Amino acid sequence: MEIAREVARPRRRSLIDREAWLGSLMLSPAIGYIFLLIAVPFFLAIYLSFTNSIAGNLNAEFIGFANFQKVLSEPVFQRALINTFIFTFVSQLIVLVLAKILALALMRSFPGKPIVRFLILLPWVAPIALTTKMWWFMLEPTYSIISWTLQFFHLIGPFDWKGYSDEVTGMMCIIMIHVWRMLPFATVIILAGLTSIPQDLMDAAIVDGASPWRRLFEITLPLMLPVVAVAVLFGVIFTFTDLIVVRLLTNGAPFDTTQVLASLSFRRGIDSRLLGQGAAIALFLVPMLLIVSVLMLRYVRKTEVA
Amino acid sequence: MRIPRWLRRSVEGLSLGLILTVFVVFTAFPFYWMALASFKQDADLYRGATDMTQNPYWFNMAPSLEHFKVLFTPEAPFLKYVWNTFKVGALVSLITLLIAVPAGYSLARLAGRWGEHLGIGIFITYLVPPTLLFIPLTRVINMLGLQDSHWALILIYPTFTIPFCTWLMMGFFKSIPKDIEEQAMIDGHSRLGAILRTVLPLSLPGLLTVVIFSFTLSMQEFVYALTFINSRDNFMISVGVPTNLITDVYNIGAIAAATLICSIPVAILYNLFLDRFIAGLTGGAVKG
Repeated sequence: MEIAREVARPRRRSLIDREAWLGSLMLSPAIGYIFLLIAVPFFLAIYLSFTNSIAGNLNAEFIGFANFQKVLSEPVFQRALINTFIFTFVSQLIVLVLAKILALALMRSFPGKPIVRFLILLPWVAPIALTTKMWWFMLEPTYSIISWTLQFFHLIGPFDWKGYSDEVTGMMCIIMIHVWRMLPFATVIILAGLTSIPQDLMDAAIVDGASPWRRLFEITLPLMLPVVAVAVLFGVIFTFTDLIVVRLLTNGAPFDTTQVLASLSFRRGIDSRLLGQGAAIALFLVPMLLIVSVLMLRYVRKTEVA
Repeated sequence: MRIPRWLRRSVEGLSLGLILTVFVVFTAFPFYWMALASFKQDADLYRGATDMTQNPYWFNMAPSLEHFKVLFTPEAPFLKYVWNTFKVGALVSLITLLIAVPAGYSLARLAGRWGEHLGIGIFITYLVPPTLLFIPLTRVINMLGLQDSHWALILIYPTFTIPFCTWLMMGFFKSIPKDIEEQAMIDGHSRLGAILRTVLPLSLPGLLTVVIFSFTLSMQEFVYALTFINSRDNFMISVGVPTNLITDVYNIGAIAAATLICSIPVAILYNLFLDRFIAGLTGGAVKG
């Protein structure tokens, strides 16, 4: 054993230079990919937002802040900005409360638990574009099952149900579908956090006579905080930048009152081919992205050191 | 007066059952309805929401396979979409494996203190959303002449699979004891030889996770697929099924059937690999 160590030591030291070289060789394709296809496009987005660039035409003129002035003055944009915040905070608040309840329920053991887990995970794993279309059919006024049910219980008269054809119901439907989709994701993260709390810590607290409330506030919640933070931060960023549900459910209707920033950016940049304006709208996502990244760094680092 | 233990137990059990039932109904009901719709005859499916003589929660006419037949007729585009998605997913998985696995190893073992910072940096790029990048990327794709080509997606999808899978593999390699390679190196293998001989066989579950997540994330992606693919024959399922499955009329039953066919296998795969996925997302915030 001793001999082996002595032989190994000088050999490893002489390898250090070569290992550093090997390390950067193995890492460089990933860094290169990220640089070329995330970092460069990111700066290209900033550049495009200052030009009158149009899709399919590589000529573009620098027009200063004109795109930003244009979109900021539009009621459609202001509405989309407000909608994005409503969409994000309302849906994430509901998700957080429901996920906490569901995770606590799933901590218990009961018969058929794997099946329940499978059924609860379904909304998150199924392709959301496809399931949003299914919700569209379920909510549509003329034939849908929800419309039938509302009428069966005399909650509305025939054909009163406007589905997503008025803005408030539209936003409510968008938020509900998004909650449906994100709930499993938040639940499994919180569940993982709950199960990672050492049982002996709990047992010790019980032996010492700590009440359930004290255990909740002094053990469960502080230990859960990083995990819940990660779940919330992911949820916020996925929601803030999402366009799938809006695009496939209302597509902004009626009259662009249910647009969010991401879907409006797509409408301008791709559907109307105004790349510059689309990029300008999308850049309003960046401040939130920065805030979430900074907070995420704090929690990820903390947990890495621990 | 103390509440008897059996009473408290059964009240607890009942409320647990009630809570779980409500949640399962919420999450799984659309899938139940999809299953129903995909086997219903059209006449049954389109009876109208004002017709109170029917029960939309069950079959009012005999179930049929007509919608599945529609999906699988040779001229139907569904199989083409499945094939396109499969092709793109497989190539994206391959690229991700080739790039993310060495990067993960390098960050875990070779890069030292720098490795940790770089790893976190790479993880943060996972947060940059497609909705911020699709506009500038249309320029990039234009310049490369890849409009309406699957190569556009094969090139771009690794931008979200690589950061996530690098982070995942970094964690995975950290969990393998260093002694294993060191022993192999003492036995006279080079670092690369030691990796190939000892570490890779041990990390097979990690590699499998990378493949599954690259594949399923590619399958679920919508924004890039909508931006870069324009012709009907080239659609991915995420765009083709909801917007273009049947050309003349909306065929709810067929779309429901297609959604079920695409969702259930993915759901089963995810369930098998869920724990590793969570570990990747929470970045070590959860210690198992």
